[in-house]
Amino acid sequence: MSAVTLDNTAAPTRRSGRRAPGDALVAGTSHTMLILWSVIVIVPFCWVLLSSFKTSKEILASPFSLPAEWSFDNYVSAWTKAGIGTYFFNTVIVVGTALVLVMLLGAMCAYVLARFEFFGRNFIYYSLLGGLTFPVFLVIVPLFFVLQGIGLLNTLPGLIMTYVAYALPFTVFFLYAFFKTLPDDVYEAAMMDGAGEWRTFFRIMLPMAAPGMSGVAIFNFLGLWNQFLLPVALNTDRDNYVLTQGMASFSAQAGYNVDFGALFAGVVMTVLPVLVVYLIFQRRIAGTVSTGTFR
Amino acid sequence: MSASATDATAAGLPEENPWGAPPRRRRRKITLDRAFFMAVFLGLPVAVFVIFVVIPIGQALFYSLTDWSGFSPVMNVVGMDNYVKLLHDDTFLKALRNNVLLTIVVPFVSLVAALTIAVVVTTAGPSTGQVRGLNGSGFYRVVSFFPYAVPAVIIGLLWAQVYDPAAGLLNGMLTGIGFEGFTDYAWLGEVRAAMPASMFVMIWANIGFYTVLFVAAIKGVPAEIYEAARIDGAGRFRTALSITLPSIRDNVQTAYIYLGILTLDAYVFMAALNPGGGPANSTLTMSQHLMNTAFKKGQFGYATSMGVVLALVTLIFAALVFTVFYLAGGREKKPKRNTPAFFAHGRPLQMLKAREGSQEEEVRR
Repeated sequence: MSAVTLDNTAAPTRRSGRRAPGDALVAGTSHTMLILWSVIVIVPFCWVLLSSFKTSKEILASPFSLPAEWSFDNYVSAWTKAGIGTYFFNTVIVVGTALVLVMLLGAMCAYVLARFEFFGRNFIYYSLLGGLTFPVFLVIVPLFFVLQGIGLLNTLPGLIMTYVAYALPFTVFFLYAFFKTLPDDVYEAAMMDGAGEWRTFFRIMLPMAAPGMSGVAIFNFLGLWNQFLLPVALNTDRDNYVLTQGMASFSAQAGYNVDFGALFAGVVMTVLPVLVVYLIFQRRIAGTVSTGTFR
Repeated sequence: MSASATDATAAGLPEENPWGAPPRRRRRKITLDRAFFMAVFLGLPVAVFVIFVVIPIGQALFYSLTDWSGFSPVMNVVGMDNYVKLLHDDTFLKALRNNVLLTIVVPFVSLVAALTIAVVVTTAGPSTGQVRGLNGSGFYRVVSFFPYAVPAVIIGLLWAQVYDPAAGLLNGMLTGIGFEGFTDYAWLGEVRAAMPASMFVMIWANIGFYTVLFVAAIKGVPAEIYEAARIDGAGRFRTALSITLPSIRDNVQTAYIYLGILTLDAYVFMAALNPGGGPANSTLTMSQHLMNTAFKKGQFGYATSMGVVLALVTLIFAALVFTVFYLAGGREKKPKRNTPAFFAHGRPLQMLKAREGSQEEEVRR
């Protein structure tokens, strides 16, 4: 503490005025820094958006000019010829189904773990915790053969089940903390009124957990939409490609003959849904980040 | 900045607990209905987890001891041979070195930058009046978090285009401001530049998420502590070092481990930026080498042993981070964290306070 008092002999006079002279300097430097950073974040996206309206020739000849005419040709050709349309629907099906399943299974598991006492409860809880920390690469090879063994390799249901399994630990942990905070009295009142366990869960506990559920759902949505490794290893049938995978192969296979305009249009179409979700829910996401990691 | 009630819901918390008392839990009688209920509710999720996660882990440990090629039924148990072979696999060792380098540089730079931004937008405002952040900090928060919402592959593809020698944004801008030497500099094609360029992309993609995390953590620190420090005459820099950093030490530790695990994997970014492993394998990672060995060369047994090594390295890394933070004084914080007043319903009380704070408080921080 003495150090703090020592190096601040001049402080009281400096801060006594209505405005400290240092403030403007600090604010100026900080704003410059942050604006620079924002520019570095935003400009690549703007460049991609701009390029998505140009022809490939235009992109190579004059990468930074405005497009000669604003046409949606690239979007049409990416959607149909490059297969982005198919990939998009695959992604919607896989992510949508996996999201519903993981939220339901995660809520069920977390509810039982958090509110019932039974033998082996801690063991299950900590096994799930372990599932959160190890790298997926350890299991990618056996997983391939597990899916092959049950006949789900290269199918959308196989991909959905894998997504569910790997999103489950995160979901359970978050909702576990949440179900723990719900008051016991409500449960007992429901029991008293003659509702069974099932009814109590679906009609009372689950709706009460809705705020927590929606936070986790957003995070799971972002995570699953962005998933790349699992489809690349387990979903090699071109008709079943998801967006991220399709985009990667689209850019890789064509090499130097790549249709740049369509590639950029594909990027825009992949980013747009998540951008919308993000802008709508960004405050909730910020809240979830803190809740999830303070545990 | 909306009212705090929506904030509470936004945080995924119940807005308030009208029952007041913490939840009681008691051992209940196991009825038939309840047993069936628990069997279904626990059985389904656990079955999915066991089939797709636990069993593959067990198999991985076994396969790593065999010479299995994956497609023939022939499988000989070769003991530690795969691991011995790994020690002499120059490509793998190069990939391991690349991973270690990534894990040293990327988390450190990302977290220093994220912490700086978080501190500036929360506590670096005017030094008179209440402690608050810079004006317009909400904008910076929203913008810088945005890359987190974009799929990592897309970020990789996007930056591969930005780095493109002929038509890329970066060279265009550099030549535009007079650096003629960059007319067609191949950022991802030069041994010297490929790794730093790839690291920059990973840092770029991660800063926003950790900024948001730290902002939330700093908001959880009671404002009185900052007021007191200011009255004692501490400047911004002093406050950041002596108050903010120790207060959110646990968050920094968690973030360091998350980011470290992410960079030990690094597959997605590297696969998108440099599918072939970069010039002279300069950006090849263990995960890329593993995928090639398994799915291109069909050496599944050998590939799983790489997975085991990767998992071990991850564990060692986590243990190292814990040790370093412990030695650096993390243990002094522990008793405080565990005092009952600090926790409410299994969650830090200070966080609930931050969420339930008045609207005015929400605006000023």
